[in-house]
Amino acid sequence: MFDGMRSVAPLLVGVIPFGLIFGVTAAGSAVGGGLGYATSLIIFGGAAQLAAVQLFTEGAAAAVIIATALVINARHLMYSAALAPHFREFPRVWRLGLPYILTDQVFAVTIIKYETERDPVYRRWFYVGGGMALWIIWQITTATGVVLGASIPESWSLDFAIPLMFLALLVPALRNRPSILAAVVGGVMALVAHDVAYNLGLMIGAVAGISAGVLGERVGRRG
Amino acid sequence: MGDWVIVVVIGVGTYLLRLSFVGVLGTRPMPQWAEQPLRYVAPAVLAALVVPAVVLSDGRADITPLGNPRFVAALVAAVIAWRLKGVAGVIIAGMGALWILQAIG
Repeated sequence: MFDGMRSVAPLLVGVIPFGLIFGVTAAGSAVGGGLGYATSLIIFGGAAQLAAVQLFTEGAAAAVIIATALVINARHLMYSAALAPHFREFPRVWRLGLPYILTDQVFAVTIIKYETERDPVYRRWFYVGGGMALWIIWQITTATGVVLGASIPESWSLDFAIPLMFLALLVPALRNRPSILAAVVGGVMALVAHDVAYNLGLMIGAVAGISAGVLGERVGRRG
Repeated sequence: MGDWVIVVVIGVGTYLLRLSFVGVLGTRPMPQWAEQPLRYVAPAVLAALVVPAVVLSDGRADITPLGNPRFVAALVAAVIAWRLKGVAGVIIAGMGALWILQAIG
């Protein structure tokens, strides 16, 4: 378990400011601190939480908020598929509980660890250590952000740290030409569609970018 | 629909996405039509979050240094992200650039 915690520790450098800023942002928005913090417990996924708070503030329709958040979290399908062969040897209760604490960071460290570690007991405690470390830090930082809320002056422009964090995650995700294409099309379409009806801008950008990536990959393979 | 209901629906949906293969679909391989688009969720979604946030200023596209210092600060942060690994450096560089530009402007 401690090995898992140690493995995610360097990744917390990004999680701590994100959690604080998310809490501050939620508390200062129309969503309010109570519901804002509840998303940390109920959803437990920073990007989707943030998009949901943004869309709530803009007064988007329920269907749009739900669809946008779930598209953002669709990447967990991929993680679940990659972990399934390893989790198969765990008791059923573990298989039902472990997915709740799945995150990008824990997936990244776990899938690498499982290449060399075979013991199923070690394996599940490693995942629990990483997953719980992140979960606890996320609960503490988002709650702290909610409490600090209004006491942070607007002139600090602390909200700018959120796009910066996404930028820090985006750049290493640009691994090949199709993924660069996905990002360019996704970003430009979201910009063009930012004031489109029903607050569908983020959805349109995401779907257009994903489609561009897939098409780019097919064309690249043929050429 | 109440705000709380929406959050719970997203929470349950997210849990089911995480549970999908681990708990229900088992170890059958993911079909290619599903696997291929999922590879591009991260770059597409992240760019869709970042670009409007740094290009728009008061609801309008503006990339002039004086009109929208956030865009220039984001460019500085992007260079740092490209050259170095780690989130902390990117945030420090971007926030630092923004504060300097705001102090000058």
